[in-house]
Amino acid sequence: MNKRFRVALLAGVGWLVALFFLLPYVEMLLTALKPERELTRSPGGYLPSHWQWSNFTDVWSAAPLLTNLRVSLIVAGGATALTLACALPAAYYAARNRFQGRGAFLLLVLVTQMFAPTALVIGVYREMVALNLTDTLEALILVNAAFNLPFCVWILHGSFSAVPKELEEAAFLDGAGRIGALFRVTLPVSLPGVVTAVVYTFITAWNEYIVALTVSVSDNRKPLTVAVPSFVTQYQEHWQYLFATSLIAIVPVVLLFALVERYLIGGLTAGSVK
Amino acid sequence: MDGVTKAGRGASSRPARLPGLRRALAPLPWLAPSLLLVGAVVLWPVVEMVRTSLLDISSSGTTLGGAGTSNYTDLFDEPDLWPVLGRTLLWVAGVVVAATVLSLALGQLLHARFPGRRAVRWAVIVPWAASVLMTALIWRWMLDNDSGVINRVLLDLGVLDKPVNWLAHPAQALLWMMGVAVFVTLPFTSFVILAGLQSIPDDVYEAARVDGASAWTTYFRITLPLLRPSLLIGTIVNVINVFNNFPIIWSMTQGGPGHATDITTTFTYKIAFFDKHVGESAAMAVVNFLLILLMVLLYLRAVRRPGARA
Repeated sequence: MNKRFRVALLAGVGWLVALFFLLPYVEMLLTALKPERELTRSPGGYLPSHWQWSNFTDVWSAAPLLTNLRVSLIVAGGATALTLACALPAAYYAARNRFQGRGAFLLLVLVTQMFAPTALVIGVYREMVALNLTDTLEALILVNAAFNLPFCVWILHGSFSAVPKELEEAAFLDGAGRIGALFRVTLPVSLPGVVTAVVYTFITAWNEYIVALTVSVSDNRKPLTVAVPSFVTQYQEHWQYLFATSLIAIVPVVLLFALVERYLIGGLTAGSVK
Repeated sequence: MDGVTKAGRGASSRPARLPGLRRALAPLPWLAPSLLLVGAVVLWPVVEMVRTSLLDISSSGTTLGGAGTSNYTDLFDEPDLWPVLGRTLLWVAGVVVAATVLSLALGQLLHARFPGRRAVRWAVIVPWAASVLMTALIWRWMLDNDSGVINRVLLDLGVLDKPVNWLAHPAQALLWMMGVAVFVTLPFTSFVILAGLQSIPDDVYEAARVDGASAWTTYFRITLPLLRPSLLIGTIVNVINVFNNFPIIWSMTQGGPGHATDITTTFTYKIAFFDKHVGESAAMAVVNFLLILLMVLLYLRAVRRPGARA
């Protein structure tokens, strides 16, 4: 086959594939820009007959969106900070030292990585009732932090192990101290791993649904994922607001995700595939 | 876990000088936060779930005492249980097989060189980064009986002569939801395969070319066998994730009509929060959990295979 034809064919297929993956989100945007009366029309139209950009401004007063957005930010940010605070020392220690129980610790991490909140939601709910933590942001932060911890420990452990010990010792000898060496040498060198852990945890917590659905009761303690579906219930249907809000939730994390895409696979497959 | 042990081997010799007990406790300050968090929020719910499955809890949430195994007998007396388990199996097998086969092609495409590849890769990750719930909601809207764009396209193309209410019929609804599950599973799977493809050295292909192997032979004799570890890990991660999927079915049909499109996760949720039968739902969750545990064991066996690097 002619090489130029081959490349053109690949590009053609590639662009069609890209279009296929983007189309639902394009439809999301088109729906978010339609006036409400167009959404009950049957059959539906392709493009809005009137591009209602104001949907994106009106949606903020149609629901306590700012509050939900703040909840999502606090939960995802809090969970990320907590996970990192727990994972950093563990991953660093396990990467730099051999100790009894190290294998068991890493195995525990590997096994917990296989547990999803969905499988345990009844137990999580009962625990939060017992701790009197239902309908609190603390509960959501704790759950999201715990379930993302294994991934963080694993990916950080991998990045720290890849930093040559000599590099750290050089800084150590220069009088940086153990913690100083960690912050001045090891962390900067393993930055891709740290950023990946941070971004992935943030996005997973941002998108978490079932625990928030179960634990959050008050409207002002619901993250975006739980608030979004309430635009369409048996009493009201505001698909344009539903998708305007969805886009507000999706666009920033897609951009973040694109940033770390190349580092993700190694961590997600628990280091089994390089 | 070769890489793991190797990394620690040359590690600091300081702990060796400490006496026994202090030496054993030395890692604790570093590991304690992680252990506490996992213990409190992952292991506690596991224990609590098992305990709840043996308790008699009223619909208002008051514990009335032990229930023996009555929650389990109640569960196994549910006429919907076996259909739900069967459907879950179909859901997991169908979605994972379809996603894996399609990802083999997609991974190959993303690996090939062509102008705009970077942009295509970014487009493919969108459903991975986006909330699965919101992606499921847009599919529900596109499948809408009256205003959905899918009916509109099929009407315009002359494939349909009147709109179909896709999500109202259990079999059709299940197929569409499996399609959505494949849609959100594809990015991760094809990137795992892409990573596998990138790890195959060029000289392997060079050797095949020198031997005059056809493209077909090269793929089935070289590429596919070398992708085995990626396929294995990708598949197991997918089995567990698809098994645990909740938002797709919950937002598109809520497992309805009745229990006709429920899988174990939505079924468990309904028993707990609609029927208010927490004990029985915990029993269902335990059964669910045992199935996942089985898969985790298979996973561990897979990553510890001598052939697989870990």
